[in-house]
Amino acid sequence: MKIGDIRVCIIRVGGTNCDAETKRAFEDLGARASIRHLNEVSKRRDLLDYHILVFPGGFSYGDYVRAGAILAKTVMSRIGKEIRLFIDEGRPILGICNGFQILVEAGLLPGLNGISDYPEAALATNIPIGYRCMWVYLKHEGDGRCASTWLIPKGRILRMPVAHAEGRFILSSEKDLERLIDNGQIILRYCDENGEYANGRFPENPNGSLYDIAGICNPDGTIFGLMPHPERAYYGWQLPDWTRIGRPPKYGDGRLIFESIVKHVAKKF
Amino acid sequence: MMGRIYIRRRDVPFELYEVNLLEAGDEELVKISEEMGLALNLEEMRAIKAYFMGKGRNPTDVEMQALGQTWSEHCFHKTFKGVVVLPDGRKIDSLFRTFIARVTRELNMPWCISVFEDNAGIVHFEGDYGVAVKVETHNHPSAIEPFGGAATGIGGVIRDILGVWADPIACTDVLGFGPLNYDYNRLPPGIKHPKYIFRGVVAGIGHYGNNMGIPTVNGAIYFDESYVGNVVVYCGCIGILPISRYVKKAKAGDHLVLAGGRTGRDGIHGVTFASLELTEKSEEVSRPAVQIANPIEEEKLKRAIISIRDLGLASSITDLGGGGLSSAIGETAYKFNCGAHVELDKVPLKYPNIAPWEIYISESQERMLLTVPEENLDKVLEIFREEDVEATSVGRLTDDRVLRIFYGGFKVAEIDIPFLFNPPKSYRAAIFVKPDLKEPIFNEPDDLTNFLLKILSSPNIASKESVIRTYDHEVKGNTVLKPLCGKNNGPSDAAVIKPLDNSWRGIVISCGMNPQYGKIDAYWMAASAIDEAIRNNVAVGGRRIALLDNFVWGNPEKPDRMGSLVRACMACYRFAKGFRTPFISGKDSLYNESPLGPVTPTLLITAVGIAPDVRRIVSMDLKEPGNLLYIVGRTYAELGGSEYYRARGFLGRSVPKVRLREARRNMRAILRAIDRGYVRACHDISEGGLAVAAAEMALAGGLGLEIWLENVPRAHEVQRNDYVLFSESNSRFLVEVPEKYKEMFELTVRNAPYALIGEVKNDRSFIINGLDGRRIVNTDVESLLRAWRNPSFGD
Repeated sequence: MKIGDIRVCIIRVGGTNCDAETKRAFEDLGARASIRHLNEVSKRRDLLDYHILVFPGGFSYGDYVRAGAILAKTVMSRIGKEIRLFIDEGRPILGICNGFQILVEAGLLPGLNGISDYPEAALATNIPIGYRCMWVYLKHEGDGRCASTWLIPKGRILRMPVAHAEGRFILSSEKDLERLIDNGQIILRYCDENGEYANGRFPENPNGSLYDIAGICNPDGTIFGLMPHPERAYYGWQLPDWTRIGRPPKYGDGRLIFESIVKHVAKKF
Repeated sequence: MMGRIYIRRRDVPFELYEVNLLEAGDEELVKISEEMGLALNLEEMRAIKAYFMGKGRNPTDVEMQALGQTWSEHCFHKTFKGVVVLPDGRKIDSLFRTFIARVTRELNMPWCISVFEDNAGIVHFEGDYGVAVKVETHNHPSAIEPFGGAATGIGGVIRDILGVWADPIACTDVLGFGPLNYDYNRLPPGIKHPKYIFRGVVAGIGHYGNNMGIPTVNGAIYFDESYVGNVVVYCGCIGILPISRYVKKAKAGDHLVLAGGRTGRDGIHGVTFASLELTEKSEEVSRPAVQIANPIEEEKLKRAIISIRDLGLASSITDLGGGGLSSAIGETAYKFNCGAHVELDKVPLKYPNIAPWEIYISESQERMLLTVPEENLDKVLEIFREEDVEATSVGRLTDDRVLRIFYGGFKVAEIDIPFLFNPPKSYRAAIFVKPDLKEPIFNEPDDLTNFLLKILSSPNIASKESVIRTYDHEVKGNTVLKPLCGKNNGPSDAAVIKPLDNSWRGIVISCGMNPQYGKIDAYWMAASAIDEAIRNNVAVGGRRIALLDNFVWGNPEKPDRMGSLVRACMACYRFAKGFRTPFISGKDSLYNESPLGPVTPTLLITAVGIAPDVRRIVSMDLKEPGNLLYIVGRTYAELGGSEYYRARGFLGRSVPKVRLREARRNMRAILRAIDRGYVRACHDISEGGLAVAAAEMALAGGLGLEIWLENVPRAHEVQRNDYVLFSESNSRFLVEVPEKYKEMFELTVRNAPYALIGEVKNDRSFIINGLDGRRIVNTDVESLLRAWRNPSFGD
């Protein structure tokens, strides 16, 4: 299908706050993006009119209980049926920061055994503890199967900001980690400027994430969640040190994520 | 308060008291004011008594409380609007009109759209868009409950921006604390330790801004002994709005729609509390005055308000801040020449059994008041419902200029609006006290490297990264110049926001404040704050600058505090006028006194400028080896209040002055050079002087630098290396220029005092050669970074 026909649904509720810049990124690529309140989507039951579903960053419902937990449960109870169909049809879902937390809390990621009724992983409190807004380096580990990163060459180093207090990805067992690795589900890992893995070292790994994990997808590669904010690294002028090169470059690395997902849909549907 | 002879309960099925004013003598009047927590003086109590004598009845507690809060210093700004009597008997009728608003009136800039009269100042941005700015203080609540006090400070100032129909897009915060290593044993009862306050305030600001998704882009942190007992919390917010949607035309018949959080007992008497000195008992007495923050509620409220604005459904809007409903309804009615009919039992409550007066003056957070024409009411309520926000019509505007409040079918208050907004003029005496200060005499030290490193780790200069990183400064994805810049997170002079997707125009936000100068002379402190705010703005390429003034002062009833306030205001007029930078909004926080004494007179100036194209702005980090370093501006022997003197244990007397003509010339030169593309980095010279500014540029860029002081333009009394290095003369800049632009740059700045003083190196050494050519500083970028990243409060 033509990119201009791609419809993106960006879900928001009270406390969502990265919806406008996420919409802007999709629109810059030519897709048609709408910011929709969950109340409205659950009333109209029109999720399946969209090709891409996005959970943007923020503090959905105040992030009480655990970050993303309340919205995850609300989404699955209100529009769970549509979500399952959405996934079955291979339409991509993207979760950024709070959106990643939501996908994990909803049991959609890592999805080792399909959709899970309880979270199989967690985005736990940062180590060192605290909210932190900073730029990090990421290494792309994907082999081209993830709908949200397939355009990015394997091994490419990306630069994006993180801004969260709960981003430490953890699993319940070593075995799960092995499965994630074997399945090729680990897509982004924190590294240094030269691409050396952070190995848990702060500040390269900003939150103490297991195996330096910054973003993962489900086994099919259609659902992708990441803690960094690609929408804040979409344009060159958003880079933290563009003034060092005089004029800002046109785009930042974050654009590659949006471009991948949009082109995936254009190709597939 | 109950059961006293002057107050008796009315026979109604809820809590309502009648205050026996008519039979009260002067002594009783004062007592009533105290007992009811009104913070009104005898003069004012007499005026109220006279008013009700005329009505032939006693007032209710609702009426007394409404008057108390409307006439409070916090709401009415008695000090700034009142009469000041000078020692020679001359009178100043309103500091505000005489010195602050007058600048704006006389400059009469066509781009000033709304100044002083609304919740925030509005200036033109581009096309139909305007920029709204407001800065508030939240010192008193933060002293009692730092987290809640600071969080609600941010919440409140964001609502001010919503209150002019603007979408909040950035926050600023400037904080003042006591030294974090302050001796516990010296803390008087009731005063909390600076470390506790610091942690709470920083967490509170981050919590609110981050949760609301508004980037915190600019700020500063100062440490000063006088802030031990008087924490200083400035919260600012910048918003953007389509000017055609700036609708303020309420009329009789419109509904008063209260939207947002529910009303509870939190924040009772916040404004009267802010109009008193803090004491040992403040915690006990005033704890309820601090509100509880819920940023998510405000986030939803914001969404609904922006929708209502875009659909043009409401006729006006204002926030509920100090004074709660009382302020919001009273001021709305007053502004539109209306009266109001209010039914307090319609106000949604957090819990039952709140007395009517409490409902009326509660300062519960996250509430806004909209006036809505009858035909739009359903639509407005529906928009709020869709956002999960509670909204209710609590009454209507009337055409008779009388405020009538009902509860449970009974009338509980009836006051003429003109009377409500016409308190007796306050008279304050001012005396001018010159502190007995001396310039210290000492020899120039041999080792200036260590002094530089010591000053770099002084808490006022050292890196604030650990705090800044806890604030989201990137959300909304529009922050073009961030608070930290360069390779090693150097301190940006200003933040730049690109608010519109289809335009390269940017908003430049900077600030200036130097309480240390306030200890010497409030006049030059104010002048320096103005110069610093403007030069920070100019350093990144900002222009067409509007200013905001925020005073934090001691008890204005004490003539010496008043005297220094008058002097600061005089400087505000002279220098803002001289720089052609109008004031567009401001606020004062007085009564900052504790058992440890008054706060150091502190004026925060916030500057909001425009960058015509954000792609041409300049950051402060050194960019490339081989580039040249220039200084623009003349150095004087002005070390009074400097970080250098402080590091040596002195205050001194030679406070930096502002020489308007020279200052304007320097700033014009810098802007022109930036516009012509000759400037790769620019940094303003402020605390710590030339040496610190140069060190910051080097450490931020991770590049070495060699400087020769010989050619630094200076007054002839400046003949010592330490003076050249550490003098804090205003209006100076350091500029990095590529060799190939040398001639062009020099031609461009030729009207300003300037000199080529250094070169960016391709190693990481940091060297300064003194006036006689001798090496006086010899260190490297790593050592600078280490010092700068490790603040030290000394012993």
